[in-house]
Amino acid sequence: MRNLWVFINRYSTFFLFILFFGGSVVLVVSNNTFQRANAINSSSQIIGSIYQQVDYFKGYLSLNEANLALARENAALRALLKSSNYDDKVISNIVRDSTQQPEYSYIQARVINNSVNQKNNYITVNRGSRHGIKKGMGVISSKGIVGIVLNVSENFSTIQSLLHSDTKISASLAKSQAFGSLIWGTQTYDPKKALLRDIPNHVKVEKNEQVITSGFSLFPPGIVIGTVLETGISSGSSFLDISVLLNNDFSTLRYVYIITDQYSAEKEALEIQNLEND
Amino acid sequence: MTKLLLENILRFILLILAQVFLFKNTGYYNLVIPFPYIMAIMLLPVRISKGLLFLIAFLTGLTIDAFYDTLGVHAAACVTLAWVRIIFMNLTIQDDDHDSISPGIDQMSFRWFLIYVFILSFFHHLTLYLLESFSLNNILSTLTSILFSCIFTTVLIILFELIFYRRKKR
Repeated sequence: MRNLWVFINRYSTFFLFILFFGGSVVLVVSNNTFQRANAINSSSQIIGSIYQQVDYFKGYLSLNEANLALARENAALRALLKSSNYDDKVISNIVRDSTQQPEYSYIQARVINNSVNQKNNYITVNRGSRHGIKKGMGVISSKGIVGIVLNVSENFSTIQSLLHSDTKISASLAKSQAFGSLIWGTQTYDPKKALLRDIPNHVKVEKNEQVITSGFSLFPPGIVIGTVLETGISSGSSFLDISVLLNNDFSTLRYVYIITDQYSAEKEALEIQNLEND
Repeated sequence: MTKLLLENILRFILLILAQVFLFKNTGYYNLVIPFPYIMAIMLLPVRISKGLLFLIAFLTGLTIDAFYDTLGVHAAACVTLAWVRIIFMNLTIQDDDHDSISPGIDQMSFRWFLIYVFILSFFHHLTLYLLESFSLNNILSTLTSILFSCIFTTVLIILFELIFYRRKKR
């Protein structure tokens, strides 16, 4: 006790200083709003940062639940997306012209299923009988021919792609106007190449010559199909077999147009009569 | 003894009044503010008891705080000043023949007095500004303020000393 008293006495200056200074600081913090606010603020800052750290670690423990909740929310949000809705909108532009009766009109459709690697490829689009699609209509894209409508349901239709061994389309060479039929899948199953048959031997065929639709079948005349890749592949007859590089890239097909021919029924009815006459 | 007491009380009152009514409005924006009232604590007799010195310093600070509406800030600064004063005295004055006289140019050398005033006002201002800003944000501008205010206060105190106490000696 005595020693303590000696100790305090020796450093009396310091203890007095601490005493008075402490009293002053207490006055400062308790009576001045700015310092009080600041003192509480800084202490809450420290406490806040501690809480933040703890929360950061606690976050790991509930990670599983959080992931589940987020996945559920993602699924709910995905269901609200426009792409998950069925696109019912049909834009078809028909030009009304009294001098020229329109023969073809186009229905735009989106490809929702597609294949290019099979022997017989089919495409499904999001248009069906509700939108006026009928079996046998021609389908094109912005780059060329796609195929022929095979089956139609209420909202969807399947298209027999050009890359199908049964597809046969009437095509002609752009310069000579000689026509033949375009087939696929006889020699190769390359989705980029097709074969133009039944072009007579005497026709001069140049490389890179354009191959277009003839207009005899479902398609309007003059639609580009591709370019001549190899000429004169002879099959031992009086006709040429021409290898055609297809203009259309079937593997990246997204949007197609389905062609409605106003007079197709009349044409077919007339042509059936020919067969009956035989 | 009575004369010494009266002199100190008069000096205290005059300096407080000067501080509150004159120097409170003097200064270069908020950068440089002089606090020459600390002269009242600086010029207290050399061998004043520690307890009394701290008490006077504390009360001086509180008086100024009352006028400045900053309760405790000046008190803390003055207490710091008193502490530094005791340490400085212990380091520089060894002999006991300075009992009960005021430290001044007439008693000490001019150099001693200049260093004494500068160091004491520096610690006073340091405590004052740091407590006032109460954060280490803008520490650079606070330190600049401290330094320039300290110089200003020192100049003022030296001027007072030269004007009032040199004449008395003559």
